Amino acid sequence: MKDPQRPVYRIAAPIKNLAQRFAYMGLVVTAFALMLLGRADTVMVERVRAHVTDAVAPILDVMSRPVATANEVIDQVRELVDLRAENQRLRQEKARLLRWQTVARRMEAENGTLRAMLNFNAVPPASFVSARVIADNSGAFSQSLVLNAGAREGVRKGSVAITGDGLVGRIAATGNRSARLLLITDLNSHIPVLLESSGIRAILAGDNTDRPRLIRLPQRAAVTPGERIVTSGHGGAFPPRLPVGVVASVSESGIRVQPFVERNHIEYVRVVDFGLSGILALPQSTRPVAKPSAGQPTPDP
Amino acid sequence: MKSTVWYRLDALAKNLTPFGITLILVLVGVVPLFLPVYARVAPLLPVMAVYHWAMHRPRLLPAYAVFLIGFLQDVLTGMPIGVNIVVFLTIYGVVVSQRRFFAGKSFLISWLGFALVAAGAAAESWLLVSAIHVTLVDARAVLVQYLVTLGCFPVFAWFFLSWQRSVLGQG
Repeated sequence: MKDPQRPVYRIAAPIKNLAQRFAYMGLVVTAFALMLLGRADTVMVERVRAHVTDAVAPILDVMSRPVATANEVIDQVRELVDLRAENQRLRQEKARLLRWQTVARRMEAENGTLRAMLNFNAVPPASFVSARVIADNSGAFSQSLVLNAGAREGVRKGSVAITGDGLVGRIAATGNRSARLLLITDLNSHIPVLLESSGIRAILAGDNTDRPRLIRLPQRAAVTPGERIVTSGHGGAFPPRLPVGVVASVSESGIRVQPFVERNHIEYVRVVDFGLSGILALPQSTRPVAKPSAGQPTPDP
Repeated sequence: MKSTVWYRLDALAKNLTPFGITLILVLVGVVPLFLPVYARVAPLLPVMAVYHWAMHRPRLLPAYAVFLIGFLQDVLTGMPIGVNIVVFLTIYGVVVSQRRFFAGKSFLISWLGFALVAAGAAAESWLLVSAIHVTLVDARAVLVQYLVTLGCFPVFAWFFLSWQRSVLGQG
């Protein structure tokens, strides 16, 4: 039907072409405007992000289930294969842990007595929510996970996510039924930590690689590979003494930390509300712009 | 009369599939697979889809659809909103303007074209993200991801082509 020889089309075609080009340029300009807006009004952009993620969360939930099931089956088969070795290892571990249990019992008793003597107020118990990972966005440009629990389940922005192995990260944004978890390896993550044995304070700064860096150490602090890193609790965002990782390498270019939590095995996390608000809980009306997306707002040196 | 309504509905549904497939690939791209190192080297599935449909059926994947796809990718991957929109629109613009060159050429040429376009896209996203965070993002992971995407391209291109032939027909 469209005959290019007809005069209407001869005139209409270039106009349509031009209009399409303008529309295309308009879209590109809009995208750049969105980028600038994201820098200027973090709160609004995060809210939009949370709403959209919320809308897609049920689909992601369904899509991630077969993968999780398949992985469980593979794991079970693998476990069957090295059952004997595993059994042997567990026996040894049991013997080791029994020795520790004796130590822990003695210390618990001692601690109880000392607390009673000091009239010590214990920290209030933390509440937690278990959530499944439904999206893994850990790429070169950001390191975050999407969880299938949100404000409805009691997940709060600023809550701390842990697994049995240690610290995973903290909740950067919550929707109604989904939440975004910023991993400790993300570029925006800065966590106050302690070197467990020496007690040296430092900041664990993510840089989107698997091994975050240790920065802001005191001058001439002696750090050796293998040293355990725990949260220090400074800044009030994380509770103290959560296991984070071990020092993996010390070199001229910096100190790298191997997190205890292996990112690829995170299927479920525990989102714990320690009742710590840190800097994130400042009312939004008083600090609308300078609000960081998550983590400790320590500027990079 | 009724048959033409059905025919039109059928055609409409079919014509929506390029957009739908691309959207699904965005979701598939973020589903956790719990494989070691997978997440860091996961191929950029939407990049392949945008490249393919821009070359073969740009009418069925207009620029605003590309915008929406980029937006969803930004939202779900936690990247600054706008980065993937710009990157996907760039791919789309470049490919649509070079369509005539690729018409009737062999698959190898198409793959080569993809290698160039995807390299540009990777460099563009690296630049944008680095500029937004005012720091140089580690480029090694970007390079690895690019190579993996390049390697996976033939599989997905084959899928898109067969879909195009069996469902969309000539047009």
